Amino acid sequence: MKKQRYDFDVIARWVAPGEQVLDLGCGDGSLLVHLRETRQVKGYGIEVDPERVVACLKNGVNVIQIDLEQGLAGFEEAQFDHVIMSLSLQSVHHTEKILDEMLRVGIEAVVSFPNFGYWKHRQAILNGRMPVSKSLPYQWYNTPNVRFFTLADFEALCEQRGIAIRERAAFDDGVEIHEEPNFLASVAMFRLGRR
Amino acid sequence: MTTSESVGDVTPQKAHFTDPLMLRSGDVLPAYELIYETYGALNAARDNAVLVCHALSGSHHVAGTYAGKPRSEGWWDNLIGPGKPLDTNKFFVIGVNNLGGCYGSSGPNAINPASGKPWGADFPFVTVDDWVTSQARLADLLGIERFALVLGGSLGGMQALHWTLAYPERVRNAAIIAAAAKLSAQNIAFNEVARQAILSDPDFHGGHYYEHGVVPVSGLRLARMVGHITYLSDDSMAEKFGRRLRHGEHKYHWDVEFEIESYLRHQGDKFAGFFDANAYLLATKALDYFDPAYGFDGNLKAALARARANFLIASFTTDWRFSPARSRELMYALQHNGLSVSYAELESVAGHDSFLLDDPQYHAVLRAWFDGIEVSA
Repeated sequence: MKKQRYDFDVIARWVAPGEQVLDLGCGDGSLLVHLRETRQVKGYGIEVDPERVVACLKNGVNVIQIDLEQGLAGFEEAQFDHVIMSLSLQSVHHTEKILDEMLRVGIEAVVSFPNFGYWKHRQAILNGRMPVSKSLPYQWYNTPNVRFFTLADFEALCEQRGIAIRERAAFDDGVEIHEEPNFLASVAMFRLGRR
Repeated sequence: MTTSESVGDVTPQKAHFTDPLMLRSGDVLPAYELIYETYGALNAARDNAVLVCHALSGSHHVAGTYAGKPRSEGWWDNLIGPGKPLDTNKFFVIGVNNLGGCYGSSGPNAINPASGKPWGADFPFVTVDDWVTSQARLADLLGIERFALVLGGSLGGMQALHWTLAYPERVRNAAIIAAAAKLSAQNIAFNEVARQAILSDPDFHGGHYYEHGVVPVSGLRLARMVGHITYLSDDSMAEKFGRRLRHGEHKYHWDVEFEIESYLRHQGDKFAGFFDANAYLLATKALDYFDPAYGFDGNLKAALARARANFLIASFTTDWRFSPARSRELMYALQHNGLSVSYAELESVAGHDSFLLDDPQYHAVLRAWFDGIEVSA
């Protein structure tokens, strides 16, 4: 999925200058480049795809080629100020484990994901079809996404796992949504910590 | 895409050193020679120098060919040259034969000035630390204060790592490929089998075989055969040889039956024909001893705290001699120290030998990372 600038700008807002960050599923490293340029952040990206690893190196981003499904066991506790997962949480099998790991190696975590509860997605289901949209651009048979959840589902999981929601932002087509985000927002972003 | 070419014909050079070299073992080399080659040109700012460290049986002949010998390409010729991933239009690249080797640097088959005879077994033990110290002296001689890059595969990668610890201010970037921060017990075990093959050869004569006009061919051959098994993966052996028979049927004799036997014998014979057994023994010991964490109670993270370079760590999925797990261990220890490090875990069927091959993904990773190294015009 093409990452939108508004996603980057919110993350940059949540990250303090000079922080150490880890970006999980970093793609071509453009978020880390953005954070380096705007927040003087020192960071590492994790990416498993060989072509994207080369793209990161071309962008001068420190990239570590490991599979996220194997966890973050090699990293130590509180090594990073923020561990970021931008629009990738829905493509990881071990949701609870990765959230725990993010908040083990990071003081805070930032996650963003497509909101399955977005009204257009609900409408598609009402019409009997799986949603295909800007935030969920795949067909059911070729999607890399393996977890389908709403903004409200995610907040319930945080409650259940003792994860503190420090900040939330929600968007539809790049426009920030303040009312009824579980219905009106296609993408949700959270800044998380430990309670 | 730029076109890539060979660096062309190259000529090795020799440097003489008369400052005694204190070795890690406590021995002293009163004087020594290093043979080396260079490719490309050192720029005016002297900030584009690259040192290529060789592995167990490598040499200073890293790239290019020797005049009149068209098939004499250096061992990393696919990587180094104008337009190649390590581009000699940009970098000044140095290859050097390590002390204790047998390609022209001081080593067991060279003449010991004290006796006028070949050193043989009297050549002192040399370690990765000693090699790096001697390489630094060569850099001094060539007027290189700081390397843009030090790199190597396998044992060469260990030297690159040691460079960043022994001379943190002299290395801007280090690429450590198919290596490890230390050998495992299994690695040492394979080395020991190789050494015992040589040491127990009746032609070894305690390392002074030169005087007897013989060479411990069968020992060296066996040592290389064992080594070759560890350089290839199970998959690549299955693919290349499988259970293919030389004669199409079982012959019930001791000659070659299976093609893999033929391959190993050929590799062993070829190697025993040119490599020096004492040099092989010394290189395997240097591998065994290498352990930067040795003086840090085994704490690799603490051992690497001195490093300042930017690192590229690369491993290959089917390398079981220095597996990806060993590279990851090194990468995490560097990362823990807040160092700039990238890690590529490359898909390959070719095992440990992959680092010498020119897999497109592997070379794309190296090219992208090397391109990011800044040098003055």
